[in-house]
Amino acid sequence: MSTTATMLEKVKPMNTIQAVNLALDDAMGLDPNVILLGEDIADGQEGGIVGVTKGLSTKYGNSRVRSTPISEQAIIGAAIGAAIVGMRPVAEIMLMNFTTVAMDMIVNHAAKLRYMSGGQTHVPITIRTMTGAGFGTGGQHADYLEAWFAHTPGMKVVAPSSPADAYGLMLSCIFDDDPCLFIENMPTYWNPGAPPQKGQRIPLGKANILREGSDVTLISYSRTVHDCAVVADKLAQEGIRVELIDLRTISPLDEATLLKSVAKTGRAVVVHEAVRKFGVGAEIASLLHENLFGQLKAPVQRVGSNHSPVPFAKPLEMAFVPQQAGIEAAVRKTLG
Amino acid sequence: MTPEARVDTAILVDIYRRMALIQRSDDRFRAVIKSGKIAAPYYSPRGQEAIPAAVSVNLTDDDTICTIYRGVHDMLAKGVPSKLLWAEIAGRVTGTCKGKGGPMHITHPKSGVMVTTGIVGSSMPIANGLALASQIRGQKHVTVAYFGDGASNIGAFHEALNMAAVWKLPVIFVCQNNGYGEHTRYELATSAKQISDRAIGYQMPGVTVDGNDPLAVYAEARKAVARARAGEGPTLIEAKTFRFHGHVFGDADAYMVPGEKEAAMARDPVPRFRSWLIEGGVAESQIAELEAAIDREIDEAVAFALDSAPPDLSELHTDVLAEEVMQ
Repeated sequence: MSTTATMLEKVKPMNTIQAVNLALDDAMGLDPNVILLGEDIADGQEGGIVGVTKGLSTKYGNSRVRSTPISEQAIIGAAIGAAIVGMRPVAEIMLMNFTTVAMDMIVNHAAKLRYMSGGQTHVPITIRTMTGAGFGTGGQHADYLEAWFAHTPGMKVVAPSSPADAYGLMLSCIFDDDPCLFIENMPTYWNPGAPPQKGQRIPLGKANILREGSDVTLISYSRTVHDCAVVADKLAQEGIRVELIDLRTISPLDEATLLKSVAKTGRAVVVHEAVRKFGVGAEIASLLHENLFGQLKAPVQRVGSNHSPVPFAKPLEMAFVPQQAGIEAAVRKTLG
Repeated sequence: MTPEARVDTAILVDIYRRMALIQRSDDRFRAVIKSGKIAAPYYSPRGQEAIPAAVSVNLTDDDTICTIYRGVHDMLAKGVPSKLLWAEIAGRVTGTCKGKGGPMHITHPKSGVMVTTGIVGSSMPIANGLALASQIRGQKHVTVAYFGDGASNIGAFHEALNMAAVWKLPVIFVCQNNGYGEHTRYELATSAKQISDRAIGYQMPGVTVDGNDPLAVYAEARKAVARARAGEGPTLIEAKTFRFHGHVFGDADAYMVPGEKEAAMARDPVPRFRSWLIEGGVAESQIAELEAAIDREIDEAVAFALDSAPPDLSELHTDVLAEEVMQ
């Protein structure tokens, strides 16, 4: 009886909201230096706008789980100051576009203090932020801006694609000694997935090979991993064997895993929801071309969002993001 | 000088020692930079000595500060060793930051200098975080955020003061109002008659003092530190002063009101406080001895810096992340 109950408990699905909540809860339970800062995150303000931090202020108190003013610079500044004297703050910047308000704090300070101080101080903060098109939020609430941060030395940039990954990567970010930007996709927050194993951290800087294949490597992260999986399934029916890699961590990039895979397949397509131009896809395509030029069977393809702000009207919004048909076409292009 | 203040002589002499250290260090920084032996952007704090000297005597090594690019006086007053400071400004591996930060990013946690920023207004939000850690941990440490009058016009000032007041953080905001933000006069850039008027908007005590009067600064800093340690929250102190050497060393001063600088230099706070101490009964020999010790300290620091090696090129890659990532 009890074994069956445990098994049922184990397979009970969990969504990303619950998974991040559990990671924050576990981290706060482990270490009194873990504190949470952000707009509306305490239970008096409903535990975050989608409930990611629900219950945590009740459990750990309003001193460690603080609802803040709508002051992104002050939020990140407070996290930095507390971090350089040994705390491990998790600062929520509600939406990724709002990080623009705090760019000085993130880019000039969090990312650089270790280097500029010659290693005397460091900034172990985690910045949680959500984003993603699909909710009709228009041009200022749905951008994927990860390339800006990946372009900043001193930052780590993490983008999970599943609840279990969100849990394991969040724990790693919190206990990592560098500033981590943690990107949560909003439209897929409620999608159920396999639950994480309690306490199990997923290493930063390591990509995850979700599916092995020998014909072409599909490289993605965050929400578009799921589109890639659908395309890979479809192509498999024709005998095209796709290797699907979920980066998990965008920076530092797991170059070794990418190079090894593409050396094997000779073909690669990079897919992300950020706009295609000047993005992470360009960096990865360059990496592959610089290192594998003679071995590539086709130029590396990039699939990303349209080079425009995120539009509001539903048909436009749906057309803005990468389409499964577009991913499929890019794969076929590499196959010649 | 504020006449009613009755402050222990040892504290007064300590304030003077810090002022003299700043003044004499600054004289030497400018001379050495002018000689070409050190190449560094240098924002002289000459004329502003009394402020951090009189604030810092209220602080312990466990109390922290965040300061700005014009911050050498704040660092020396807080106790950053001269040798390490000089070596950092010279870009040597023996500097506070192994030569990787430079004059605008001096950091020395042992003496409580946690962040020096080159971005106007950014000392305040981070100071809040240092104070927040102290508050959450139930410590009594306080944090001082130094900044200039120009920084009170940037958004971060307002975000930080509001948050500090809402959370009653143990932080003291010390505005060193030297009358100019870069090359623009106070009146052209700032709507408030005085910076301390802005405190009322955040429901915190705000006070304007003569920043060239060490006793006035000491008295207000003492009150603000006591208030912060008691958990009663932040204070905004505006200390009015003047910078003798423009925005960056080498300025032509053409944007200044003619005669203004000369008048300020004639009221130089350092010799004025020296005379006041001696008139009050402090032996001139004691002062001279202290000054001689400072000169020896600076001589040693200059020699140490110039004799030190620059950082090894391998330092380019270290300290970017906790673990080295292959470039």
